[in-house]
Amino acid sequence: MTEILVLVDHVDGAVRKPTLELLTIARRLGQPSAVFLGAGVADATETLARFGAAKVYVVEAPELDKYLVAPKAEALAAVAAQASPAAILVTSHAEGKEIAARVAVKLGSGIITDAVDVDADGVASQSVFAGSFLVTSKVTHGAPVIAVKPNAAAPQESPAAAAVETVAVTFSEAATKAEITAVAPRAKSGRPELTEAAIVVSGGRGVGGAEGFGVLEALADALGAAVGASRAATDAGWYPHAFQVGQTGKTVSPQLYIANGISGAIQHRAGMQTSKTIVAVNKDAEAPIFELADYGVVGDLFNVVPQLTEEIGRRTS
Amino acid sequence: MKIVVLVKHVPDAASDRSFAADLTVDRAAVDGRLSELDEYAVEQALQLVEKAGEGEITFLTMGPEGAGEALRKALSMGGDAAVHVVDDALHGSDALATSLVLAKALGKLEWDLVVCGMSSTDAWMSVVPAMLSERLGVAGLTLASELTVDGGTVTIRRDGDDASTTVTAALPALVSVTDQTGEARYPSFKGIMAAKKKPVTTYTLADLGVDSGSVGLGGAWSAVDAAAKRPPRAAGVVVSDEGDGGVKLAEFLATGKFI
Repeated sequence: MTEILVLVDHVDGAVRKPTLELLTIARRLGQPSAVFLGAGVADATETLARFGAAKVYVVEAPELDKYLVAPKAEALAAVAAQASPAAILVTSHAEGKEIAARVAVKLGSGIITDAVDVDADGVASQSVFAGSFLVTSKVTHGAPVIAVKPNAAAPQESPAAAAVETVAVTFSEAATKAEITAVAPRAKSGRPELTEAAIVVSGGRGVGGAEGFGVLEALADALGAAVGASRAATDAGWYPHAFQVGQTGKTVSPQLYIANGISGAIQHRAGMQTSKTIVAVNKDAEAPIFELADYGVVGDLFNVVPQLTEEIGRRTS
Repeated sequence: MKIVVLVKHVPDAASDRSFAADLTVDRAAVDGRLSELDEYAVEQALQLVEKAGEGEITFLTMGPEGAGEALRKALSMGGDAAVHVVDDALHGSDALATSLVLAKALGKLEWDLVVCGMSSTDAWMSVVPAMLSERLGVAGLTLASELTVDGGTVTIRRDGDDASTTVTAALPALVSVTDQTGEARYPSFKGIMAAKKKPVTTYTLADLGVDSGSVGLGGAWSAVDAAAKRPPRAAGVVVSDEGDGGVKLAEFLATGKFI
């Protein structure tokens, strides 16, 4: 059966949800094999088996953590050279897209990034021009390398063997030039990953300051949501840049997006307008965000949001 | 220190962008501009030369005739010279072909450092810097929020989701910079006048030794089947907060089974 390689996105063996989505999509194209780079495969195989990985190729080498991105691309290309897959799927985030780019050059394959869906014929859908167009395209040369955005599919279980196969890779001099000399981990918020969350509560200029995000965090915690911010809020230093939703930040596509004090400039809309349901709270009735909203409240977020949080608490207790 | 900054002329993101009949981005229908994210790359290169007290900056672009406008804009901000790869056969090139042509053009130039923006503001793929690093066989230090060069070493800070990482490499190297590196300067009147006198060299595919069959729409390794305007979202309900806005919102969320 046609083999499809899925690059596993994991943190020390804990498999991230977008990988399960990739395995689900890969089954439309053929039989998925997972490619696991780094340490911790023992913690990942049960999950990878449950979601349909027939094989798990493992590359474990110090170079993968010591140098930036390039060794991971070299390892994935080495597995591809051995497996001759019909397609390669990676998560479409910053590192995934870079790996895809390098692998496409190495293998002489066409590449598609930012796919929001891939069908059984390998036709990928993309949302472009700030979400105003939907484009479908297909790789026409080599084994397609496709970077798929989080939330492109609902993960479905389909038990498979997940037979582990270790692959030895010799890294080139070119791949070991950009050396990682320090890593400062970020403090964990304990909330879901922004791009993976089912619900996102976001704040913008109307939040007024860093302390204002407290009411949004309280709402997020009541809903089990992630917290996001517009560029106006992150540029002002009110919330960390890593949580920026928009063109130069994260693109999110949750079931529910609650925009608070966000006017809805194109730069922000591009990052959130494919959300299933959009709610907006804003003082300004003319704010363009209301054009996107399924439900909007014209009012002061500092009155509306705490009342909403309290009401959720009342209904769920 | 010799620096090449890659720049792209893109359709203005604030305009009504669309596709041409051949399903390539319609670059004629709307105004173009130097990609906003490339301005950060220009700024970082200018700052590196200012700090070092020496250095030469060349701007490089690939694109139709009108793309020269992006080079002029960059030159009005500073720098010394520009190179424009222009050839009708390039129309419709994919990222792989773009990186191939830019790599060939970089092969004709002298440089210690290549600086790129984090992404173009039309295609948003963010893959060309990685492809170029791969093709050139030099270190790729991507998505820098901060960039320094000390002697023959380049160091960046890359702010990821889980960690902030310091990455270092010996020159020659390629760096891509984010919009967190600091606002780009506006061209001065003097800068705009000076830009008119700075040399712009043009290269064709023949000059670079690139076969026209390996680029353009025909040489692309992916093909667009269709591009359709997304239907506007159905109009929703907007209420004014009369003191019960939060409760009403909770009712809406309960109807949608979110709570």
